[in-house]
Amino acid sequence: MSAARAPRGAWALLLALAGPLAAAAGSDPLDALMQRLAARRHGHVTFNEVQYLAVLDRPLESSGELLFEAPDRLEKRILKPRHETLVLAHGVLSATRGQHTRSVDLAAWPQIAPLLESIRATLCGDRAALERIFSVQLEGDAARWTLRLVPRDPDAARAVSAVLITGAGADLTTVEILAADGDRSLLTIGPELP
Amino acid sequence: MTRAGWTGTAIFAVLTLIALAVISRATYTADLSAFLPRTPTARERLLVDELRTGLASRVVMVAVEGGEAVQRAQVAAALARALRADPSFAAVSDGDTGGFEQTAAFLAAHRYLLSDAVTPGRFTVAGLHEAIGDTLALLTTPEGLAAKPLFTRDPTGETLHILEALGERSLPTVNGVWASRDGPRALLIAQTRAGGSDTDGQERACAALERAFAAAAGALPAATPPLTLRMSGPGVFAVMARRLIRDSVIRLSGLGSLLIAALLLAAYRSVPALLLTFVPVASGALAGIAAVALGFGTVHGITLGFGVTLIGEAVDYSIYLFIQSAESLGAPPPASTAGWRHSVWPTIRLGTLTSVCGFAALVPSGFQGLAQLGCYSIAGLIAAALVTRWLLPEWRPATLRTRDLTDPGTRLWRMLAMLRPARAALALIALAAALVLFGHRATLLSRELTDLSPIPQAEQQLDASLRADVGAPDARYLVVASAPDVDAALAAARAVADRLAPLVAEGVIRGFETPTRYLPDAATQRARQSSLPAPAELASRLKSALEGLPVSVVRLAPFVHDVEQARTASPVTPADFAGTPLGAALDALLENAGSAATAYVPVTAAGGGDLAPAALERLRAAVAAATPAARLLDLKAEADALYTHYLRQAVSLSLAGLAALCLALAVFLSPLRALRVVTPLALAVLTVAAALAAAGERLGILHIVGMLLTVAVGSNYALFFDRLAQRGHAGVARTLASLAIANLATVTGFGVLAFSSVPVLAALGRSVAPGALLAFLYSAWLARLEAPPASAAPRPLPAA
Repeated sequence: MSAARAPRGAWALLLALAGPLAAAAGSDPLDALMQRLAARRHGHVTFNEVQYLAVLDRPLESSGELLFEAPDRLEKRILKPRHETLVLAHGVLSATRGQHTRSVDLAAWPQIAPLLESIRATLCGDRAALERIFSVQLEGDAARWTLRLVPRDPDAARAVSAVLITGAGADLTTVEILAADGDRSLLTIGPELP
Repeated sequence: MTRAGWTGTAIFAVLTLIALAVISRATYTADLSAFLPRTPTARERLLVDELRTGLASRVVMVAVEGGEAVQRAQVAAALARALRADPSFAAVSDGDTGGFEQTAAFLAAHRYLLSDAVTPGRFTVAGLHEAIGDTLALLTTPEGLAAKPLFTRDPTGETLHILEALGERSLPTVNGVWASRDGPRALLIAQTRAGGSDTDGQERACAALERAFAAAAGALPAATPPLTLRMSGPGVFAVMARRLIRDSVIRLSGLGSLLIAALLLAAYRSVPALLLTFVPVASGALAGIAAVALGFGTVHGITLGFGVTLIGEAVDYSIYLFIQSAESLGAPPPASTAGWRHSVWPTIRLGTLTSVCGFAALVPSGFQGLAQLGCYSIAGLIAAALVTRWLLPEWRPATLRTRDLTDPGTRLWRMLAMLRPARAALALIALAAALVLFGHRATLLSRELTDLSPIPQAEQQLDASLRADVGAPDARYLVVASAPDVDAALAAARAVADRLAPLVAEGVIRGFETPTRYLPDAATQRARQSSLPAPAELASRLKSALEGLPVSVVRLAPFVHDVEQARTASPVTPADFAGTPLGAALDALLENAGSAATAYVPVTAAGGGDLAPAALERLRAAVAAATPAARLLDLKAEADALYTHYLRQAVSLSLAGLAALCLALAVFLSPLRALRVVTPLALAVLTVAAALAAAGERLGILHIVGMLLTVAVGSNYALFFDRLAQRGHAGVARTLASLAIANLATVTGFGVLAFSSVPVLAALGRSVAPGALLAFLYSAWLARLEAPPASAAPRPLPAA
């Protein structure tokens, strides 16, 4: 009997050791996802965005291209309905429409920060940055995953209740932003451009 | 003491008390405005007002350095909160967006009167379609978040349009406060209530700032490197200048007095004589300051600095008394005093008189600074001479004995006599000096008012770098529009702005700020109201305009309602801005003095620095064409022109003083003797000017005044040599000794000044110290001194 008890104790010991070992090897699904995402250093894709606003009779549609350079440059070129370029670099958002360019320090705008930081940090696989701003929840598997991001900052939460990012493998498929007032927008990411 | 002595002492005591009372009630200033004209032209008045109390003079730029960005931001924010609560400050801006919602709400409430996009075309079917389409496009961007709640009230996006127009100038913010683009600084801009020339008020404001910073930084854990506060601005400079001048004057006059005291103690070997020597000096300084306070109301710091110089001059009088009067030979003081009064006093009297003639030429000067210097010197010299003549002999104790300087005097006499044959060398020196001056003629005179500023170069660089950081116009180019009331001033500013906008588009100027960006004049607001359609009309136009857009007329009912309200509202006035974050910005550009109002339009040159002459000409033409109520001020050029005028006046007044001095000499002596007295002085001035020019120094006002002072002091030496030539050998050795001691005292007093960090004091020292020395040497060289007789040979030193 004592011989049978011994292996049980050995199992417990093994399990206790296996936990941290498994984590270090990347078996935590969020870490694994982040590592896959971090491997990609740049991207250039098309996007299509539909915004459902309560004040409007029909949803607003826009489309264009997204460009990403790790670690902190994200560019959104809106080509329809009219040209506008948004560049997020080093924590500053610049918006260029026609001749005019305006720059905004994201730190001064807690409401806007999560909209951009969610995409940037996800594309970077920057788990620390994501968790600084959001409480993060991962659902699904590597082939089809969903990140559910809920802003931690109360100011941000008053504007955005959640950001849902879906993807397949190392690619992002959609970014859905749920505004606190019930409006929402759905950004669908198209194929990689040459 | 005789009866006359008692009477004199009583009068002296009363006058001293009066002078002390006047001095204690006088006000003291240290800003550059004291160097501005007393009776300015209208243009100069504008300039003087700007420099004294204008918008630019009240700006304090504040930077927090050291520590981490977060710590700097926390301290800057705490500092801004403290200053906003402080009555010394009218406004504080730090990039805090806390007021943003308030600003947005205010602008939204008045958007149809404040937005320059409101034109008749904006409210046609096509205009509405485009504007609403634009706003919908904006809703698809992150910024649209701010526009969304307003959309049904403001579908044409007027609020965002105004915010965008106002925000163009905004600085980058880090952690919610302004930060420099390059250097690690958190920035804020404060505007004091006190004018820039109210140095006391500015000092209180600076002290409040320092206290608030200490409290804010003290509330945080220690930072590495430690957090430091840097401030700059015209008011800060005025405070700093006053402190520097005060410290410099106290330190240098103390050091100068100490050195002179040591020198005199060595010469007299008598402490009572030493103490008495300083009585005329102190009396002169008191009389000088009191005279300026009575004559001008305000005493300039530089005038006080000039007081130091009187030590060098007034001390001579008592030196002549103690060394030249015969008591040291054993005669009792009353007899020696009578002899001194008879033989020496007339020469001192003539010396004082000629100096007074020289300085009198400065008094009528249109410039405060020069006039004060003249007034100060005249009162000071007369007081010192009178005290030396009437009181010192009375106060001298019967037992007072000073060292007999006959022997050193004789040795000096021998040396000077040996120099005499080489007199021709003076002609060569004069020629060489003239050549040097001719060679440097293009760069001889300083032309910039700031050359008078005691502010160290490092602080001026900090000022320039902070200005660049905050994008504050360096206030060099300023359009000032004056009108009977606020609305007319705004209308004038609008006229100017309309003319300047094309210059910005062309790149002639980088930009400009105008109060009409915040608040348009009433006529403009009424024009905007008239482009708003009535409700029924607007609704029908909207119906067509919304075709193809994802929104219906019904949803935009709040818009129709708001437009109707704006159409019938009364115009927005400055009072509506009171208490909003924009109110401070508006106040800075619009001044309402009740009976008159002034609008300011600061212009920034392309590249941020100076405008090219052609660009300046176009700017001037644009302002002139805009409205007769507006004037363009190029503050630096105007101030420099004023300074050049001032310098030219200093030169011509000094020449007039020199002429008056020559005339006085010619009248009291003879023209030939006057020429002999003046020649070595002129040579001394010439040599010093050439030496300064060769050393690369540009001659400014205080150099010129210093040269006048050289002549005034030197004329005493020259007159004594003249007297020696007239009277033969009696007392030559002692007279020479007294002159040498007096000269050393003067050179010491001014020599110390030459090391001052305050440029005006240094300039005075550098011209007078060598000038006085040369005046003495040249006078001796040119004097008709025979070699001392054999009997006057030094007695052998007693065996030890």
